Amino acid sequence: MKNRWTLYDPRLAWMLIAPVLLLLIFFLVLPIAVMSVYTFFTFVTAGVETSALTTANWHEFLTDSYYHGFLLKTLRVGAVTALLCGVLGYFPAYFIWATSFKHKWLLLLLLIVPFWISFTIRTFSWINILGEQGVINVALIKLGIVSEPLPMLYTEGAVIMGLLHFLLPYMILNVYVSLESIDRTLIAAARSMGCTSAQAFREVTLPLSLPGLAAGLLLCFVLAAGSYVTPQLLGSGRDALFGNLIYDTIMSELNWPMGATLSIVLFVVLGFFAAIYTRYMGMSQIVKGLGG
Amino acid sequence: MKLSTTKRLERLHDRYVNGDLSRRTFLSLTAAAAASAGLSMPWMSRALAAVEQVRFDGWGGTVQEAIDKYAFQPYTAKTKIKVVQGTFGDENEIITKIKTAKPGDFQIVHSSGVNYYIKYVNAGMNSEINEANIPNMANVLQPMIEPFRKLTPKLSAVPYDYGTTGIAYNTKVISPEEAKEKGAGLLLDKKYAGKVGGYADMTTRVWYAALATGQDPNNIKDMDTIWAKVRETRDLAKKFWSSGAELMDLLSKGEIVVTDAWSGRVAALQDQGHPIGYLDPAGSYAWMEDMLILKGSPMTECEELINFMLDPATSIAVAEGQSYPPSLDPTKVKLTEKIEKLPAFDKTGSMKALTFADPVYWATNEDAWTKQWDRIAKGA
Repeated sequence: MKNRWTLYDPRLAWMLIAPVLLLLIFFLVLPIAVMSVYTFFTFVTAGVETSALTTANWHEFLTDSYYHGFLLKTLRVGAVTALLCGVLGYFPAYFIWATSFKHKWLLLLLLIVPFWISFTIRTFSWINILGEQGVINVALIKLGIVSEPLPMLYTEGAVIMGLLHFLLPYMILNVYVSLESIDRTLIAAARSMGCTSAQAFREVTLPLSLPGLAAGLLLCFVLAAGSYVTPQLLGSGRDALFGNLIYDTIMSELNWPMGATLSIVLFVVLGFFAAIYTRYMGMSQIVKGLGG
Repeated sequence: MKLSTTKRLERLHDRYVNGDLSRRTFLSLTAAAAASAGLSMPWMSRALAAVEQVRFDGWGGTVQEAIDKYAFQPYTAKTKIKVVQGTFGDENEIITKIKTAKPGDFQIVHSSGVNYYIKYVNAGMNSEINEANIPNMANVLQPMIEPFRKLTPKLSAVPYDYGTTGIAYNTKVISPEEAKEKGAGLLLDKKYAGKVGGYADMTTRVWYAALATGQDPNNIKDMDTIWAKVRETRDLAKKFWSSGAELMDLLSKGEIVVTDAWSGRVAALQDQGHPIGYLDPAGSYAWMEDMLILKGSPMTECEELINFMLDPATSIAVAEGQSYPPSLDPTKVKLTEKIEKLPAFDKTGSMKALTFADPVYWATNEDAWTKQWDRIAKGA
């Protein structure tokens, strides 16, 4: 009877996670490892590199302020987007959680509806809203509020707007899940002990929902900082983020070793922030948020 | 009668039993058969089968629509070989895809002339065409073929069309007289700040900066002034476009009123009734496009398709549809009045009126200049 499986048998656990583990190794770890090796390859000319090992790509990254400037700008845009998502996303999440509307699922469904349309098409739609011939400018001119179209498209503001549009549902879902896990009797207890609604929110609801808010902030930050399509479509050249630098290095300059170096840099930097979060907040909040 | 593998092995066994084969030979042949059966992959049978389709990648939009309608569809109707199509906005994009694919996954590319031809050659992606299989090449302009032959005596590509990147302007805002007077200087006119566009491409930007600084684009002496001019245009520009569709969108919606632009796309806009004017200033950037066959392609079918595309009737129909003059020699083939009116059309067939980029000169500087342009485009 010794060989019989038990519920918490380590062999069973390994067997169950083996398929996912293999997938992760082949489709995540191995590609990253190959890219890491590529960072040491020698660029010859557009589209041609040799496997002669060199540290030239890393040297270029570490000594060229052009890359550092874009990295900092990317982190800034990511942070601003995440904070705006936090501020704008908390209230809808709170409303969905607190409402006594019996079809609450409908509100949650509305959050997911934008995902039914392609991300690129959703981003393109902002051109028709923010452009010189877009809805806002045409309306403002027809109402006589402005005489010349406002320059809204191809600016950093347009990029952040596009990112907000894309990321807000992630934030709302994260906060909502966190709010859902709060024991409502705690709020009732706070009220019974003399707290006003605002005090109960400040002393009980807000602190208990902070892990969800923090998880949402991390998700929005990482996704915004790693974005490429939104700045490409809604921004000018100056509004490019680090992802666009990687794209240009690989696709325009056909310099794969340098492109791999920049990719690894972004991976490590964003991984660093995720690691910090995991250290202090744990990953469970993100998993909860993503899992609904 | 076609023999099955089982039948063949049975016969082999019979010959061994009858003493026609030695034991060693019998075992060797059986092992070889087993190995070939065991190691054969699903794609082998497809590869050995008759070619049923050819892969083509082009620039999309009105250009590819014309090629599809007037060349690919009639070709498929005639040969039953389907042309599977893909598109790209920037040719480097397709080079990246080819680099990550197996030989044969991508087959024919509507490529941007000798500047890009060098890249395929350097990366070892090019094939060798058997020109005897493309008899219609006899009608192709020799001045267009020569630059390719200088790079590879055995061609991998056949020139197909040509055009210019001139200046397009909104005639409601800029008069033809003003455009003619200012020429390429329109791109640097502060009066149109925020309404200027341009192709997000190093060659075009450097070329027009060279014209603006009075330098020969094929022999630039002072790169610092070039980059200064590129920055000047960047600061006046609203958006650098990266595809023909984007160019047409920006111009037709009035987001920009002046830009360097591809002659054929402007002709298409004019056909649609948009108030867009076009002029080729002195030294305007001329380019040619070719049909490039990649390594690993089914050569016979690809050559047959290109020969079909070069047939005068097909080539003329495509040229009229895409609004770019064909590579056919007008001294050998009678072209239509519509083609003769297209921007950049050279009736002499000598191509001397057009200024093409010197492929060797530009290839020598391509890497460094592309890197610098990418930086300037991002505000550096």
